[in-house]
Amino acid sequence: MTPFTTLRSLALPLIRDNIDTDAIIPSREMKSVAKQGLADGLFAGWRYTAIGGREPDPSFVLNDPRYAGASILLGGVNFGCGSSREHAVWALAEYGFRAVIAPSFNPIFRGNCIRNGMLPIEADPTPLAAVEGPLTIDLEAQTVVAADGSATRFEIEPEAKLMLLKGLDPIDLTLERSDEITAFRARDRAAHPWHYLGAPSLQGA
Amino acid sequence: MTAPRTAFDKLWDAHRVAGVGEDADLILIDRILLHERTGGIALKSLEESGRAVADPAQVFVTMDHVVDTLPGRSDKTIMPTGTQFITETRAAAQRAGLTLFDLGDPRQGIVHVISPEQGVILPGLTLVCPDSHTCSQGALGGLAWGIGSSEAEHALATSTLRMQKPSVMRITVEGSLPLGTTAKDLALHILRQIGSSGARGHMIEYAGPAIAEMEIEARLTLCNMATELAAFSAIIPPDERTIAYVKDRPFAPKGADWDRAVAYWRTLQSDDGAIYAREVTIDAGAVRPMVSWGTSPQQAVPLGEAVPALDAEIAPTTADAHARALDYMGLSVGQRLDTLPIDAAFIGSCTNSRMSDLRRAAAILAGRHVAPGVKAICVPGSSAVKAAAEAEGLDRIFLNAGFEWREAGCSMCFFAGGESFGPEERVISSTNRNFESRQGPRTRTHLAAPETVAASAIMGRIAAPADLPTLSEVDA
Repeated sequence: MTPFTTLRSLALPLIRDNIDTDAIIPSREMKSVAKQGLADGLFAGWRYTAIGGREPDPSFVLNDPRYAGASILLGGVNFGCGSSREHAVWALAEYGFRAVIAPSFNPIFRGNCIRNGMLPIEADPTPLAAVEGPLTIDLEAQTVVAADGSATRFEIEPEAKLMLLKGLDPIDLTLERSDEITAFRARDRAAHPWHYLGAPSLQGA
Repeated sequence: MTAPRTAFDKLWDAHRVAGVGEDADLILIDRILLHERTGGIALKSLEESGRAVADPAQVFVTMDHVVDTLPGRSDKTIMPTGTQFITETRAAAQRAGLTLFDLGDPRQGIVHVISPEQGVILPGLTLVCPDSHTCSQGALGGLAWGIGSSEAEHALATSTLRMQKPSVMRITVEGSLPLGTTAKDLALHILRQIGSSGARGHMIEYAGPAIAEMEIEARLTLCNMATELAAFSAIIPPDERTIAYVKDRPFAPKGADWDRAVAYWRTLQSDDGAIYAREVTIDAGAVRPMVSWGTSPQQAVPLGEAVPALDAEIAPTTADAHARALDYMGLSVGQRLDTLPIDAAFIGSCTNSRMSDLRRAAAILAGRHVAPGVKAICVPGSSAVKAAAEAEGLDRIFLNAGFEWREAGCSMCFFAGGESFGPEERVISSTNRNFESRQGPRTRTHLAAPETVAASAIMGRIAAPADLPTLSEVDA
């Protein structure tokens, strides 16, 4: 996973409440068992003039040349609600977004962001959208600085911050503790044998 | 003396392997459920990383999301590339030695319907699935929540997840639901009161007299919609109804293990004096049959009411969200919902597709017929529900009333590129999401309980069962 340290980029404003993962990547755009090939489907229902078509709708902000190359997305309340599909984050990332700033996020979507090197920032995007020019995000300092120098501080829990800053693979980190998990499962199996459906195995549980 | 704990605290503590980092815990996962839509990619990604499933016996796989639900179905799908999802997920599940409820297996069905049916979810277990409606299964007193595919991969590889402990919010439902209202109406009522961010990040514990008297299938419906409140999940601590429901399920404990399990489950109550981060009280007596009017589940009102003005909304919303919903749904403020003609009616989904749902709908449909021009579809939640319904003749009632009677699956709860309702068609639906284009490009979805869907199908407009002419009037 690519580490996230700092990011300086234009921010694309799509400040609507309850932008759901069906809107971010419609189910019909998830065409194969893959994490790739999703960027063209990003916001497909709003972005193109016809369902299933590929002709850009000029009235949709993603097609506004002023925001070409933006890698920060400004969203509304409860961003990423609905289906747990991680394809929403994969589509945003493949398109080129690295951070989303919204007043609040759906918890599953937010977790999916962190697992994919996408920084979810809980902050009011409206004042940020009001200043022209790029934003500068510094994850270590937990700040977003607008082009006029005004800074917004954001909160992020230490575990998520560490994962993003270092680009860590959480599975590797957890597998380092396999012995601890095995010992825990062996004790738990004695206390709650019906929790375990397989025969006791080499894994000790 | 330990401090009083919530049921959730007890489950968390029982599954906490260790602390990790500054603020996270490593939580043991007892059951992992996968379906072909988001589970296949988790298995594929795991294989590509060279890792193995840590404990295949704890993993269950079913086909529900993109499979066709038309009679005589096969691996071929109406969704253009659906076959790939089915065959790749099946092959990966077989390679990993996982328990598979495949097409044609009598245990196949919607993941949140079959798991309680088979006793995969039990009180006291942790269960995850890459599906947002996994919160449904908290109705059985387990700790069940939806995750992404990467988290599923982590759970498969390690039998654990790295978690921040969420705060607990208790929603106490006082009184009793009035006759003719259901758990679905209660869920929409709560959404209207506190909004689609109303429980954001919290574990909901449902409590109170209305919950205590609720049957397990109704609890599954209520907990199903916790994700629409942006909750982490929901739980109803196990009681005697839960224990009676679980008994003799195929994967439930038997013999001496059963007795030990029951004794353990009885300890999983929230202690008196346990502290909740938030408390909400709901008066069940105030609940009415509900229908959604907008494009967020919080945009719902009692059936006989009109589309509310912005300032009549109870939960937080914005003028933009209100206006966009009106525009999308082709409605204006002040229009009565129960005058709206419908094009289609859908009964199914992980919210409302179990036996009790089908029985209540069938009771309304018996001796009646859907209005001309209304496409009406019933999709049982599982192959077992379908078989049980057919054994008591419900399929004949649905078919005689003009409903299609389908094979089990998620079907038209969402549009994956295959079957859909048409643009600007108005659909009354027993599902959980009324998002823009959820059931088809530009389709307009109104969420309601199955009996409301059945009554509306007959009347050809959004209608309550009470609006129906009595059968003797029809005969006359």
